[in-house]
Amino acid sequence: MLELSDHSRAMLAGDAGKAMQLAMRLVVKAATIMEAERLIPISFAHLDACFYTGQAHVDFVRFLIENGATLAVETWTNNGVVSLADPTLRPEREDPETVQGATELMRLYEKLGTRPTWTCAPYQHAGGPKFGDHIAVGESNAVSYYNSVVGARTNKYGDYLDVACALTGLAPDAGLHRTEERGATLHIDATGLPEEWRREDVFAHLIGHHTGRLAGRRVPVISGLFPDAPKHALKAISSAAASSGGVELWHGTGVTPEAPELASVFRGTQTHVVTVDDLARAHRDLSTARDGPLDAVALGTPHFALSEFADLVRLLDGRKVRSGLPFLVSTSRVVRELARAKGWIAELEACGIEVPVDVCTYHSPRVRGLQGRVMTNAAKWAYYAPGMLGVEVAFGSLRECVESAIRGEVWRDPALWSAR
Amino acid sequence: MIRARILTGEAAEGSVLSLDEPLSFWGAFEPRTGVIIDVHHPQRGACVKGMILLMTETRGSGSAPGAIAEAIRLGTAPDAIILAEPDINLAVGAEVAAVLYGRHCLIACVTLDELARLRSAGRLRIAADGAVTAG
Repeated sequence: MLELSDHSRAMLAGDAGKAMQLAMRLVVKAATIMEAERLIPISFAHLDACFYTGQAHVDFVRFLIENGATLAVETWTNNGVVSLADPTLRPEREDPETVQGATELMRLYEKLGTRPTWTCAPYQHAGGPKFGDHIAVGESNAVSYYNSVVGARTNKYGDYLDVACALTGLAPDAGLHRTEERGATLHIDATGLPEEWRREDVFAHLIGHHTGRLAGRRVPVISGLFPDAPKHALKAISSAAASSGGVELWHGTGVTPEAPELASVFRGTQTHVVTVDDLARAHRDLSTARDGPLDAVALGTPHFALSEFADLVRLLDGRKVRSGLPFLVSTSRVVRELARAKGWIAELEACGIEVPVDVCTYHSPRVRGLQGRVMTNAAKWAYYAPGMLGVEVAFGSLRECVESAIRGEVWRDPALWSAR
Repeated sequence: MIRARILTGEAAEGSVLSLDEPLSFWGAFEPRTGVIIDVHHPQRGACVKGMILLMTETRGSGSAPGAIAEAIRLGTAPDAIILAEPDINLAVGAEVAAVLYGRHCLIACVTLDELARLRSAGRLRIAADGAVTAG
């Protein structure tokens, strides 16, 4: 039976206006369905409802603003369907209804008082949640990263409920907010694979994809990752496992904060030993195209990290992408400015690379209009693009993407085990 | 008699559309027409508008609340959806649409066995107290 504070009860009764009443109704509805006994305070929210899917989204936030809604916590925004920073990225004439609706929706969320981060990788920005914080997040890869790598606590809050939690500052005390729900029931053991393989950048994407396939919606624990793995590798695991399986929390022994060792989190009996064949299968799973002439490269799903820009600039080494071949690197405004300050954006642009912000590359017209063979190093992009964009995907390492873009055809790294 | 747990909405009655596979309201369903568009779904081409929709569960997507709300806004949504497990996304989407548009889509759940029994009915009536009767 759900117990409510006097404050929550008053809000539910409409004392704080119709907008806050609706927000509290949604939180209470979710808590009742989840059989929570109480609501708990949250300190942060990241909204997915700012991503335009139809007029109802616009009507919802407009209703909130017109009825005096105020955010209770620091609230950041996921990427939009259009870029406010660069409107030419998706001109209105292309699809007036969607572009107008999406633009209006993003403006309304700014008006509501959110911090307009427009990124699916908010954890790459300073000032976000910390270990143990209760938060409300909607975007699947961010749910997975915050729970797993940061050790903050959230369920996957769908559209409207994410906003309702941000307005009330409350979430149901249920699911991954509760310690007893955060144990792992599946052990993915990658320790038997050679170390040099596990150090390759494709490994994070492949083990993430494989883990999601095996775990489904369960909480897995992976052993065999390195404590000094770059954060962008943990981003890759988080997003790949969330796409292929719906993983909202994973642990990595000696890597993620709740799993100093296996026994800290493992509550199950099932162990899966990862083999070379498993990773080869994951690689095949993520590549729908045979190697051959290349039509485009798309990186930055989830949004490219500053450390990835450093790797890209180093691998490119001033060489130019083949003339006419679109090469997109999707990121946030904040990260693009950090990269610009280092001179990297100018350098990449001079080599023929575009760096769109505020959006996901699925919704950039350059990519939307594409056909044929597109290369990516991102498991999440590889997983969704064939269905969403109708393109064929050649999945590869960052180095393979760069060398292929220069040559204009898919190039496989002979030094890389996964290419064999 | 079967008594459903009503997650949101009021009484409903109508013809039954029984789905053999879970449906994702975002991506597999077109809110402008109410038609199932997922090429992998066995009931592809079926229209859910005004029906009592039966399915074990939805395929998870955080965008489902927006899709069901949009369908309710456009009048293409089912009148009721009966599932075999509680679904927060559908309940939230239907709740928002009820406040914004004054239109309802009843979301309820029953046990898996009860759902199997309901599938053979041509028409169903769900009362405000959750009582489900045929015809």
